[in-house]
Amino acid sequence: MTGAIEVSLWEVAAALVLVAVAVGASSWQGAALENDIGVAVIRAFVQLTAVGYGIDLLFDQDSVALVLGLVAVMVLLGALTARHRARAVPGAFWPILGALALAAGATLGLVIALGVFEPKPRYLVPVAGIVIGNAMTAAAVALNRLGDEVARSRREIEATLALGATAAQAARPLLRRSLRSGLIPLVDQTKTTGLITFPGIMVGMLLAGADPVDAVRLQLIILYTLLGAVSLSALIAMSLAYRNFFTAAHQLREAAVE
Amino acid sequence: MLFDLCDVTASRGGRVVLRSVDLALEEGSTAVVGPSGSGKSTLLRLLNRLADPDAGEVRYRGRPLRTHDVLRLRREVALVPQLPALVEGTVADNVELGARLAGQGADVDRALALAGLEASFGPRLADGLSVGEQQRVMLARALALEPSVLLLDEPTSALDERTRAAVEATLVRLASELDLSLLVVTHDPAQARRLARRTVTVAGGRIA
Repeated sequence: MTGAIEVSLWEVAAALVLVAVAVGASSWQGAALENDIGVAVIRAFVQLTAVGYGIDLLFDQDSVALVLGLVAVMVLLGALTARHRARAVPGAFWPILGALALAAGATLGLVIALGVFEPKPRYLVPVAGIVIGNAMTAAAVALNRLGDEVARSRREIEATLALGATAAQAARPLLRRSLRSGLIPLVDQTKTTGLITFPGIMVGMLLAGADPVDAVRLQLIILYTLLGAVSLSALIAMSLAYRNFFTAAHQLREAAVE
Repeated sequence: MLFDLCDVTASRGGRVVLRSVDLALEEGSTAVVGPSGSGKSTLLRLLNRLADPDAGEVRYRGRPLRTHDVLRLRREVALVPQLPALVEGTVADNVELGARLAGQGADVDRALALAGLEASFGPRLADGLSVGEQQRVMLARALALEPSVLLLDEPTSALDERTRAAVEATLVRLASELDLSLLVVTHDPAQARRLARRTVTVAGGRIA
């Protein structure tokens, strides 16, 4: 699909000129970010270089088992990260882990089954990265919103429980509102894509010398895949997590609200 | 006996609000009086298991509360909270809510009439109502479950004096017309005398 391009270290170093601009701006305004910028530049270099060699190795091995192992690690790291973002939800780790695992599994399985991508590391690794990253954000946003909703709607929830509603019935309106919050950013982004921002994959392919039509088609595949993965992730995370706000006797837990 | 509390200790928000309470509540109408923060609302919440005690046991009609099916218990022992909390939709949607959750139908007009509202309220939107009307819809929504016990938490605290008198009249009529036990929490001893035959006073987490 693409003629690969070569990027030399010298070209990477040339881009550092723009880092100098950032350092200059920071020191001129006394923002005291020079050290942070330095650390960021070095970390980005080291991390991405390591990932680059890792991916290179993975592509050489061409082993689906290795890819699955990597996906499992990404899911685990994603859940650990998102758990901290979704502080408002008690015991958020397992729901997020379940959501990411199912969303990643279902989406990757589907794109392979439909023949969108070949089951090769070259396709699976980047797609898994994008899917899990976005699914993680969506799950965290939806769970955070769920926590806020529960805190804010405590009276409404208990009034509904008092009528003999199950926890699931009492939580349904909150789940609906939280799911919307989790999905709206991506839906909006998908609506305006190409108008306000050029999505990253398309940019990358254009820079790498691909045909623009191919670049757009691949970007569309990714966007549509993401819509599915992100919806699934937010939905699963909330469906598993809302129970943590309730006891088995359909009572709203106090500790969850304080 | 309707409810028995045996050595019940309960907390709310991490604070113990009822301490080793022993109390027997008969059928009929009873008022629970006490200053705010004395544990009255917590007592009410124990009776339909919106909360459970930390220690001790609550019995309903002689059987431990925990052995009753909790969802059925809440339809039989209906609680009207202190402040209205209606769901989006019409008055009729709200009145039917409890029955609909249980997969049953409800006689909306009858429930509205019992709560002192005309049938014309049914199609109106819930968020367009005055607080007094909302409180009556909360009452209608509980009555639509055809409960045998009605728990009322400060039923008139959000209302002005005229509306309060009207709601009180409705409650007195309900207690006499229906085979319904009322348990009314109030900070106002005069209201307790108007609404109930018996009064229980709670102070500092104990029955006075």
